[in-house]
Amino acid sequence: MCLAIPTKIVERDGSDALVEMNGVRQRIRMDLLPAARVGDYVLLHAGFAIALLNEEEAQETLDLLREVEVLSS
Amino acid sequence: MGEGPPSRYMEVCGTHTVAIARSGLKKLLPPTVSLISGPGCPVCVTDQQDIDTAIALAREKGVLLATFGDMVRVPGTNGSLAQAKAEGADVRILYSPFEVLRLTDENPGSEVVFLSVGFETTAPLIAAVVKEAARLEYRNLSFLILHKLLPPVMEALLGEPPALAGSGPSLPVTQGSPILDGFLMPGHVCAILGVEPFRFLGECYHLPGVVAGFDPDDILLALWMLQRQRCQGRAEMEIAYRRVVRAEGNRTAQRLLEEAFQPVEARWRGIGNIPCSGLALRQAYSAYDARGRFSLQVEPAPDTPGCACGEVLRGLLSPPECPLFGRACTPQSPVGPCMVSSEGSCAASYRYERIIP
Ligand code: SF4
Repeated sequence: MCLAIPTKIVERDGSDALVEMNGVRQRIRMDLLPAARVGDYVLLHAGFAIALLNEEEAQETLDLLREVEVLSS
Repeated sequence: MGEGPPSRYMEVCGTHTVAIARSGLKKLLPPTVSLISGPGCPVCVTDQQDIDTAIALAREKGVLLATFGDMVRVPGTNGSLAQAKAEGADVRILYSPFEVLRLTDENPGSEVVFLSVGFETTAPLIAAVVKEAARLEYRNLSFLILHKLLPPVMEALLGEPPALAGSGPSLPVTQGSPILDGFLMPGHVCAILGVEPFRFLGECYHLPGVVAGFDPDDILLALWMLQRQRCQGRAEMEIAYRRVVRAEGNRTAQRLLEEAFQPVEARWRGIGNIPCSGLALRQAYSAYDARGRFSLQVEPAPDTPGCACGEVLRGLLSPPECPLFGRACTPQSPVGPCMVSSEGSCAASYRYERIIP
């Protein structure tokens, strides 16, 4: 039910956006994420963008994973 | 992770339950770390009487009932929505709740009802659809809102905080609480709510929580962070899913929730009534409340006899401990909702973890 998948915004239009996922384009609603722009990656849940993906923060997770690897090796 | 103290962590998100089962992660964990599924599947926690109400509504003359796919096969006291459909009721499955507006346009002669379940991840979407329906002044559309909220059910599951035992108001769970050492926090619920509404877990129960993503890596990282907190004697809310979750959550979504809904008491399957754990449309949107539009009196329904969904949802039994599991109850002929929904712990356990003799 809470499944959500990352997609990229290719067009933005009022409360809608066109996103692309594996070459497939889909129109989605942007009510929960009105400030997102073309080029942003967003998480898609039941036809709505619910969260913006943040690359810098993703790096932090990777760093932590590395720490885990170092600790357990 | 193996050097940490013995720990029992609960996941409260059905998508986690499936990710854990599918990846076979439990077999890789040290024997000291165990994972228990909680009330994380929205379809599974829906009370029998509410399912019966939805089915009765679908059978009303002139009604078109639209909902998410998982709801259709859940057995009610007399049949399911799928059965009602086979007998002529107009039941439609939607991928996005927004499609209900188009469906309403295309069916001007029907009373369209959207049956809505889900936690805080899904409820803001419905809030946006209700708002849009009101703005465009739809007349033949209403919503049967069965949304549930996670923080209150987690509190109810845990029972009275140790420091308050005997002094506070009595909580609905009288049948025992699972013994837990922390929570794998639901990534997408926290993407909406942030972590603030869950701080009580550390403050009142001294239980750590780590917000986890849905890849096996994400889940392992979160488990490692939980063990690290336990080793260091901490009980805080941490985020292991920073590429998606911000501490403050999604404020726009929170505003939408606040605008459209108010918290009300809700009944959870196998758990009982929990104050402020469900949502109802606010006065401004009451014209869109299906309960106001149709006067449906449905008898309170006992939970399905023999089905241990209640204990499974509270983390007191694992699916294979139910006597019906894999025998009378399989995904092909499910007895309880935990076997119907793809996110139910019984279905996930049957599909991915069953030891085939
Ligand atoms: S195995 Fe079937 S009957 Fe048993 S708890 Fe799960 S859903 Fe209910």
